[in-house]
Amino acid sequence: MCKITINGNPLSVQDNATILEAAAMANMRIPTLCYLEGLQPMGACRVCIVEVEGSATLPASCSTPVREGMVIHTNSKRVREARKTVVELLLSEHEGDCRLCERSEDCELRKLADELGIRKNRYEGEKPSSATDTSSVALVRDNAKCIKCRRCVQVCAQIQHVGVLAPQFRGYRTTIGPAFSDPLSSVACVQCGQCAAVCPVGAIVEHSHIDEVLSALENPHKHVVVQTAPAIRAALGECFGLAPGTLVTGKMTTALKLLGFDAVFDTDFAADLTIMEEGTELLTRLMAAHQTGDRSKLPQFTSCSPGWINYAEHYFPDTLDKISTCKSPQQMFGALAKTYYAQKVGIDPAKMVVVSIMPCTAKKYEAARPEMRSSGFQDVDYVLTTRELGDLIKMSGIDFTALEDSPMDAPLGISTGAADIFANTGGVMEAALRTVHAVTTGRPIGMEDLHIAVLAGLEGIKTASVTLSGTIGVWKFLEGKEVKVAVAHGLGNAAALIGHIRDNPDEFQFVEIMTCPGGCIGGGGQPRFTTDEVRRARIAAIYREDEGKQLRQSHENPAVQQLYAEFLGSPLGEKSHHLLHTTYEQHERVKSH
Amino acid sequence: MTQYAHAEHKNSAGSCHETGVQDVIPIIDDIIGRYRGTRGALIPVLQSAQNLLGYLPKEVLIHISDQLDIPYSEVAGVVTFYSFFTTVPRGKHTVRVCLGTACYVRGGKEVLDAISKELRIEVEQTTEDRLFSLEIGRCFGACGLAPVVMIDETVFQRVKPSRIRALLDPYRIGPDQEADHETN
Repeated sequence: MCKITINGNPLSVQDNATILEAAAMANMRIPTLCYLEGLQPMGACRVCIVEVEGSATLPASCSTPVREGMVIHTNSKRVREARKTVVELLLSEHEGDCRLCERSEDCELRKLADELGIRKNRYEGEKPSSATDTSSVALVRDNAKCIKCRRCVQVCAQIQHVGVLAPQFRGYRTTIGPAFSDPLSSVACVQCGQCAAVCPVGAIVEHSHIDEVLSALENPHKHVVVQTAPAIRAALGECFGLAPGTLVTGKMTTALKLLGFDAVFDTDFAADLTIMEEGTELLTRLMAAHQTGDRSKLPQFTSCSPGWINYAEHYFPDTLDKISTCKSPQQMFGALAKTYYAQKVGIDPAKMVVVSIMPCTAKKYEAARPEMRSSGFQDVDYVLTTRELGDLIKMSGIDFTALEDSPMDAPLGISTGAADIFANTGGVMEAALRTVHAVTTGRPIGMEDLHIAVLAGLEGIKTASVTLSGTIGVWKFLEGKEVKVAVAHGLGNAAALIGHIRDNPDEFQFVEIMTCPGGCIGGGGQPRFTTDEVRRARIAAIYREDEGKQLRQSHENPAVQQLYAEFLGSPLGEKSHHLLHTTYEQHERVKSH
Repeated sequence: MTQYAHAEHKNSAGSCHETGVQDVIPIIDDIIGRYRGTRGALIPVLQSAQNLLGYLPKEVLIHISDQLDIPYSEVAGVVTFYSFFTTVPRGKHTVRVCLGTACYVRGGKEVLDAISKELRIEVEQTTEDRLFSLEIGRCFGACGLAPVVMIDETVFQRVKPSRIRALLDPYRIGPDQEADHETN
């Protein structure tokens, strides 16, 4: 421990703490811009400078460790003036029209300028020319707004191990972006949008589909249906000032009906269906391995997270054979909406528009993949992020917090609690194990509240094992067998887990990968700002949603059972193969044209 | 420039254009092998690759990125940061005019203008016959000799704008005589 003084208050703090951390412990807030919790501080923005007695310069508090006897001032005249100048200089190079910027409400730079009382431009700097990169399906970058804080660089390289963004060129000409400032579409961006989630200004945002959705809703000849991913209901409230983790399932449904959607459905329905297909696929692979000894398709990897699929196709082609061939719930839903549902209600699928509400930017890319047209049309037409839905609701003058609850429509709005937990890291695995256990033994999994506790929470890589006993019928070959599973979230953790599996190929039978830290609840399209505290609150809300449902196991979903009876036949059947499964292919990391 | 630029795999100026990218990949792999596990390997590897080829083509950068397990964006970040590196083929000879403070005040800019006029190219361009590329340097550490010009690895001191043609002419002679010139 070391004794320091901050703003006249004596404090005892841990030796390796930074000044920023020490001040936070004493409830003294130092403003930051480039700082991200859990990552190596960069000291790039200089906003967090403080005065240390005896030091000639003003050190950045995020990257300066405390020393015994340090006397620190976080808000002296010298600090305030210097900090103000730092922000003024950032503003002088920031080319953006705040009146029209989509981040005007939650821009960290604008907020900081306001807090520091900056009311005029003292420095009229040369502004970078606006060069908007719209080449990516999911993301739009505007370098003129970029303040070069490098949060996106850190997240992309350190959390996601993708590293397609880095500072290019030098001095005044520095830009943040792909190699040689080439378009984002020319490199192996996985479209996860974590860069957009951490950008303090409006330099990286999702490619908006709001206008397209509005014009579909206003077209009387279109039948517009909407599906909502499980993670939305635990986060959408944040767009309207509700606390993170406030469940707004019913209000969201009412809002979507008010917006004019002809039917409000649930991606949860397709998540239950995914468990039927993916669980059967796992059991089929285990049986094949038992009968032939061929383990080449094990461990089976989940396929729900489109950023992970992009990552595997670009960076880990040796896993492609092991990834479940199941489409993600979003795409299963789209394929069924324009076939099964269209037939059921007698609507020409050519006149149907499927809109998804997703916590995710990569879902925009996934919906646009050329192979995702098994209904004969683009299965999912438009994807809105949680943030975009929040904007759309505000745009329409709906008083969200005052709305009454309403239920989702049948049949594609019916779901079990197992589907809800797809939103959380570990959730797809838990949902799958609930059904796999029940199918192979005839009994529900014997865990408290059906939760596999070791798979919950924010630890980067988690493992569990379930021993199957009392197996029935064709599954007796699994009697006494231990099913070992692993879960990783954040692609850096995924890469580490895959490295481990390469060295230990027989250790696990089933592996869940989610692209974003925390799973979909921490997706790149969720309301800003997603800290670990926010992640925990959303995760807890999702488990509450699950526990509140009468049916908690996917195979019990009556609408899914009806779908198989009326339309699909059986899991992995011919129709499933055509509508619900897909293929993957290796892509080069840098386009070599 | 650091020591590596001179130390590693300097091709003779006469043959660098003829070296194909595929020919140098094994040599680059060999160099990478020696730096494996060392922090800060990227810059010396890039220098060696550029010395072999005269420039850094995209496929070589992608190869280096893969082999060193450093994101391509970061490799490009280093290449675009340092003016020493180039991704376009250079002329047979690189003329670098120092515009560091000492050279600048002693007429470096006039020397640059004269060379630019003589070669009829701007800075960072290459003559049509691919014989010369023109670049600016930022101090070669020979301030006492200012203004200074470097042609390939040779430093010329107290260069006068009027002497430019005489300076460049020896590099314009045919390839059969060149060997003699280079041993000077």
